[in-house]
Amino acid sequence: MAENHPLIEARQQEVIADFAVFDDWMDKYEHLIELGKDIPTIDGARKTDDHLIKGCQSRVWLAADSAADGHVHFTADSDAIITKGLVGLMVQVLSDAPAKAIAEANLHFLDAIGLHQHLSPTRSNGLASMVQQMRLYAAALAARQA
Amino acid sequence: MANSSLPDRIRRDFPILEREVHGKPLVYLDNAASAQKPLAVIEGQREYLSNYHANIHRGAHQLAQLATEAFEGGRRKLAEHIGAPHVEEVIFTAGSTDAINLVAQSWGRANLGEGDVVLVTRMEHHANIVPWQMVCEAVGAKVEPVNVHEDGTLDLVDFHAALDRYSPKMVAFVHASNTLGTVNPVAELCRAASDAGALTLVDGSQALPHMSIDVKAIGCDFYVATAHKAYGPTGIGFLWGRKAILEAMPPWRGGGEMIQSVSFEGTTYNTLPHKFEAGTPHISGGIAFGLAIDWVRGVGIEAIAAHERSLVSYAHNALETLKGVRIIGTAPEKVGVVSLVVDGIHPYDLGTLMDGQGVAVRTGHHCTEPLMTHLGLESGTLRMSFAAYTTPREIDVAAAALARALAMLR
Repeated sequence: MAENHPLIEARQQEVIADFAVFDDWMDKYEHLIELGKDIPTIDGARKTDDHLIKGCQSRVWLAADSAADGHVHFTADSDAIITKGLVGLMVQVLSDAPAKAIAEANLHFLDAIGLHQHLSPTRSNGLASMVQQMRLYAAALAARQA
Repeated sequence: MANSSLPDRIRRDFPILEREVHGKPLVYLDNAASAQKPLAVIEGQREYLSNYHANIHRGAHQLAQLATEAFEGGRRKLAEHIGAPHVEEVIFTAGSTDAINLVAQSWGRANLGEGDVVLVTRMEHHANIVPWQMVCEAVGAKVEPVNVHEDGTLDLVDFHAALDRYSPKMVAFVHASNTLGTVNPVAELCRAASDAGALTLVDGSQALPHMSIDVKAIGCDFYVATAHKAYGPTGIGFLWGRKAILEAMPPWRGGGEMIQSVSFEGTTYNTLPHKFEAGTPHISGGIAFGLAIDWVRGVGIEAIAAHERSLVSYAHNALETLKGVRIIGTAPEKVGVVSLVVDGIHPYDLGTLMDGQGVAVRTGHHCTEPLMTHLGLESGTLRMSFAAYTTPREIDVAAAALARALAMLR
């Protein structure tokens, strides 16, 4: 995979630094839950089936908007708070970045903070499908820009 | 009062129970999804693979004979365990799902037609809904559900009304619900369905590990179950059916083993049970299924049932004291399954945080989406399910883990 856009790489390093203080599994989740409670979520009017990514267990909503500068703006939400924290991290890393950078992002931060299992397609939380949707949207936009 | 005398005796048979998860001792409460395996099953499979593996029912050599005897021995043990009048009425399948598909595709395609009804209940696992929907769609028949009460018991008034209303050709229902634990009055249901002229299929996936089963006393026409929930291996289960019905049914899958003679002018089929067992079967699975049955009989199914009954009431008491916890499924007769929800908190969050504390539970709709919708539980439930080796102490640990998860989420 190509090198990350500096913006996306810097944000991932930021998340990794935030999580570095927790060595206990439960502390990490406590932090994730706090993130889930605090992050700005999707506009209620857009929390519709059109924006629903159905995981087997927790549901995830994702909305994408393209900005004039060619960046993509994401907002997302979930009905499960831990998934919401993870979704929030994804948005923090990928939103408001150039479309091409999003489509080609190497998302290594979940591995680094020990939460990679949540991105596995065997996890039925909808997160893997959400990341796929984010990439697809960005790739389609990047293709139009090219 | 729940005690540890049974688990104390048998826990050493299960090596996996010694392990840790996330640095905490494993508390395995996902037995309704799959039970752990005793050494007899693990070693028995190893013994077969190391000492006498060969293909069965053919081969003039010693190993083929030993393997055939062991595999057919598994079938005999199973037949005896469920009170089957004839050993050839027990068909090995890949599991309960496969067994129901066999009946739906073989019996269903031959006997269901335009406008016919297959009656099921709203508490069925998807495996006892979708195979019927598939055959019904193909032949123009319909699947209709019987209602379930709030407490998780079957609505018997609706059941009898549905028999009158639809005159179904087939009535299929669970012996024990995987989501609610409810034990259905299967003998009563079978009698009523038979009187109404229907055949009956009982899904015993959650009954086989927890209670004694006698297909004659139940009075059903078909009974299915899987090995892996009953301490046996995955990939093997069985269909029991009445001999006359099975004999009249056409084969479903074609291939080796299921034939008597093959020619391009016309093929003739083998007798029961081989007619329904095309291809090389799961030989080690059949052998180990028999060993799992031996293990259960050695411990005593009544002792297991009594132990699990006491665990259920112990768990209900321990969990109900936690603020906001609502037990889903409070039928008077239950197998070792306790489902719960906490208003405003997603079961997935609870399950994830309990996993972090070493406690394995299942969350979600448990492959019973129509039931969850019926009960208004869109996010499903958190389910703890027990086995012979589960201790009251483990339930205490699970309750404490749940309490900690709730404190973190509130």
